[in-house]
Parts: sequence; C-alpha cells; structure tokens
Amino acid sequence: MDIYRAIADRTRRAILDELVDRSDQSLFELCARLIMKHGIGSSRQAISQHLDVLEAAGLIRTRREGRSKLHWFEGAPLKAIGERWPIPTDEHTSHSTDEDNET
Amino acid sequence: MRINWTSICVDDQEKALRFYTETLGFRLKHNIPLGEHAWITVVSEEAPEGTELVLEPAGHPAVVPFRKALVEDGVPYTAFAVDDVEAEHERLVAEGVRFVQPPTDLGTVITAVFDDTCGNLIQIMEEKAQP
Repeated sequence: MDIYRAIADRTRRAILDELVDRSDQSLFELCARLIMKHGIGSSRQAISQHLDVLEAAGLIRTRREGRSKLHWFEGAPLKAIGERWPIPTDEHTSHSTDEDNET
Repeated sequence: MRINWTSICVDDQEKALRFYTETLGFRLKHNIPLGEHAWITVVSEEAPEGTELVLEPAGHPAVVPFRKALVEDGVPYTAFAVDDVEAEHERLVAEGVRFVQPPTDLGTVITAVFDDTCGNLIQIMEEKAQP
C-alpha cells in the first residue's frame, strides 16, 4: 500500500487529523471522534480496516499501553512527497488547502 | 419493571470494592457472602437510593476473552455521569488512576476513559449545556 492510496480517502484523512490532534488513541476513541466530530459513522470493523491500510503505508504506528492498543501518527513517509515535488521557497502561493469535502 | 441494578465483572471483588468506594467515592450498599463470592453493590453518594452497581466476580471463562478484546480496543465496559470531567480527571489522577483517554471534547459531551484496575475500562461523561 503506497501513501497516495492511503490518503486518497476522506475517512483515512480524518483519522490522521484526529491522531495529529491527539496522539495515542484507542480504536474506541477514534471511532467516537469520527462520529461526533466528522459525522463518520462507519463500523468499528471498517475503521479497523482503515487503520490497517494506514499502518501498511507507514502513516500510523501502534504501541501497547497496559493491555490497550494505541495508535499514533507517523509523518515521515509524507516527506517523500515534499522531496519529490519540492515547493519553491521564493513563491508566495496562498491557495486554499481546505479540500476535505471531496472523495 | 425497573432498572435497580446494573453489573460489572471484576477480577477481585475485595480489590474492586476498595477501588469503587475509596478511589471513585461510591458507597457500599450490600455485601452479602454467597459461598466463594459475595453479592456486593455500591451506589453513588449523590443518589444513595438510585441504581446499584453490582461488583460481579469475573468467574465465567467467556469473560476473560470478552474483556480482553474490549480493553485492547479501548472500549469502556460502562460509563458514569459526572458534572465536570476535567475536575474528576484531575482528582482521579491525583489518586493514581491511569487514564487511557484524557478529557476529550466531542461536541455535545466531554468524555474520558480510565482503568478500574479490576480488568475494565470505565468512561466518565459530562453532557454539555445546549446553547
């Protein structure tokens, strides 16, 4: 799974948004945030599968806290995008980046 | 028909009784020995005549994988209502309680999740006043 496919989905981007907001979340907390803050009412199994995709792309990692499994955002793979298509520094572009209403 | 009792499975009834009374602040209502175990219930100090929480021994073999799966995914076994999640979080952390989810604003409610040390995660929830 490459990162482009991993982030080409609104629910998976919302998951990353929430993990940036707070690291180390359980599946339960992520599902609660997705439904309450994003109106994404997918089943726990569906969210779990999204997490598997993100983990396979290296965009999230998990660790154990006690007997709970917690997820955190790993931004390193996204550097590849900036390295492949570097943003010229002397340019002031101010395009809106609010694109999360698509897909 | 009335909902007078609700129950939670605990690893160790005596340990659970200490946690639910001394740490959480509930009041012991019944402690009736029944052979190997006891019928133990606690109530809220704010509603001593209200619903009783039964501290049920986690004896059935099916309880083990059931609770393990819930804890793994961070799913609370049950939830309690509080007036102020932030204040309860602060109080319980000072008592040494481990939270797996700190107070989180979810729009209409604020929630937090802690470990009851008896094999369960518990959610506390504050309903926000509607504007």
